[in-house]
Amino acid sequence: MIDTKQIKFILFFIVISSFMFLNSRFVYCQDVTILNINNPSIRKIPMAVPKFKSFSEGEVLENDSLKAQKLLMDALSFTGYIKIIDNQVYLANPSESGIARKDIDFLDWTGIGAELLVTGGINLEGNKVKLWLRMFDTFDMRLLVGKIYTGERDDLRIMIHRFCSEVSMKLTGKPGVFNSKIAFVSKVKGKKEIFICEFDGFRPRQITFHKSISLSPAWSSDSEWIAYSSFAKGNNDLYIKNLKQNKGTIVNKKGMNITPAWAPGQFSLAACLSFTGDPEIYLLTGKGKIIKRVTDSWGIDTSPKFSPDGKKIAFVSRRAGTPQIFIKNLETNHIRRLTFEGSYNTSPAWSPNGDRIAYVGIKRGRIDIYTIGIEGDFPAQLTNAAGDNEDPSWSPDGGLIVFSSTRSRGRPQLFVMTATGSDQKRLLKLNGEQTDPDWSMVNN
Amino acid sequence: MKKRVFANLLMVLLVAGLFLTVSCAQKKVSVDPTTESGQTTSEQGTASADTNPLKPVATGDADVDFINLDIYFDFDSSELTAEAQTLLQSKAAYMKEKGNVNITIEGHCDERGTTEYNLALGERRAKSAQDFLVDLGIAGSRVNIISYGEEKPADAGHNADAWERNRRGHFMFK
Repeated sequence: MIDTKQIKFILFFIVISSFMFLNSRFVYCQDVTILNINNPSIRKIPMAVPKFKSFSEGEVLENDSLKAQKLLMDALSFTGYIKIIDNQVYLANPSESGIARKDIDFLDWTGIGAELLVTGGINLEGNKVKLWLRMFDTFDMRLLVGKIYTGERDDLRIMIHRFCSEVSMKLTGKPGVFNSKIAFVSKVKGKKEIFICEFDGFRPRQITFHKSISLSPAWSSDSEWIAYSSFAKGNNDLYIKNLKQNKGTIVNKKGMNITPAWAPGQFSLAACLSFTGDPEIYLLTGKGKIIKRVTDSWGIDTSPKFSPDGKKIAFVSRRAGTPQIFIKNLETNHIRRLTFEGSYNTSPAWSPNGDRIAYVGIKRGRIDIYTIGIEGDFPAQLTNAAGDNEDPSWSPDGGLIVFSSTRSRGRPQLFVMTATGSDQKRLLKLNGEQTDPDWSMVNN
Repeated sequence: MKKRVFANLLMVLLVAGLFLTVSCAQKKVSVDPTTESGQTTSEQGTASADTNPLKPVATGDADVDFINLDIYFDFDSSELTAEAQTLLQSKAAYMKEKGNVNITIEGHCDERGTTEYNLALGERRAKSAQDFLVDLGIAGSRVNIISYGEEKPADAGHNADAWERNRRGHFMFK
């Protein structure tokens, strides 16, 4: 039993320790990133996440406590660079002995190979949840992150993911994926509609109801807009849709109006239009007005993707006789060919830190996902011998790639892997067929 | 003893199951409706040299054939083959005869390759056919084009025959 005096003491301690440790630690390693998640030879960091300490009693709280712990473990292992050590081998039980630094014997954790330890405390008052979450470096015996969250019980997931963003920030220098979403196409009763889900496949929901074929959803940088193409009115038109308010535009020029890609941080996008009789890439305003033509070559030019700085566009062109990926510098207008290996390379996706491009290649009849450096260096095959693999899209931290694969009984579904191709796993279970995933940026 | 009887029974069931699955698989192929149209035409003695048994063949009815007969393309190609050109010539002749008929050419692709690229490829295919008809004297305003990429396969199969049949230009009255 913990009386209010003890709680007060604990709270006092947390506030003090948060200030002391966080501040000193922050100043100490302001620009030190512990982990480079883009390193191809990355080793997973072993982390222990023991049972949370309950500051009040009851079955309800116990459920919330287990739920919070599971949310935390699932989210952090989703990143691909953290490995959660099995609870059964833990030598200590902070839910009884205490979750603050003074209560922890770090030898208990280094002894089982944990380099990081996350302790949690939870309290429930009515429908309000309070969470105390800390991450320790077990070898340095240091508090890396310490946070207190208060919110509704229904917001447990949000609170846990806020903390995960802090953990990611501390470890990688980036907020991670926890506040991002994935848009995709799912077949509903034979029709293709646009859907959205959370970063981990949670809560998929349908956002278009055209009862037609809708394809290629693309998030704006601020995640407020989605552009996609649809045959809803017969022709293949481009829809620019605001997700919060009922407003938007349709670009319905003669021919195709397809493959939108938003310019980073801008209310403008690139898309493939064929009103001249030839599919070319254009820059459009967010209201669908043409700013300028980007490509000018007879034959197919499609699937534009901006570099993260917005200064270049990668796209697919058949100008060399086979579909290949090219890069156009929008400032100098210089165009160069990126892919040379194989006779079919399409669907470019620019990594968030700008150094690599993921794409789809067909070799010996197999459709797989590859990445290549933007100078054409260090090509890598990420999928192999597991169905057709298409539509790569990078997570906002660059650590993961979502894609569609027919590996499970020939039905296209969404999968996630690390940027090096490891840890390939299904993103979500949903009826029908899922394709065309597009990962949003992180917006707080 | 009882165990052995059970094992035998299980064996019988398994073998029976095996036969059932095989017969099911065979059924699927023979029930395809397009094979029937193939049979009708071979009776009329207009058997096609094409080896793909699932492709529709001419019936002799000009209106039906105009819609039923697709032109086919090689993988990742929008070039008109010799057969496609012959077929387009007969379609042009039909359109000249029926001056009030306007059409839409749908460009389609097989499921291999990527969705977005295939939309563009399908349009190139429809455009090739449109250009050919215009070269033969058909007014461009009578020929509309649209690409469905790999979204509307004629054959839902995942094999070479299905792919061959899906890489097509399809003709519709407008």
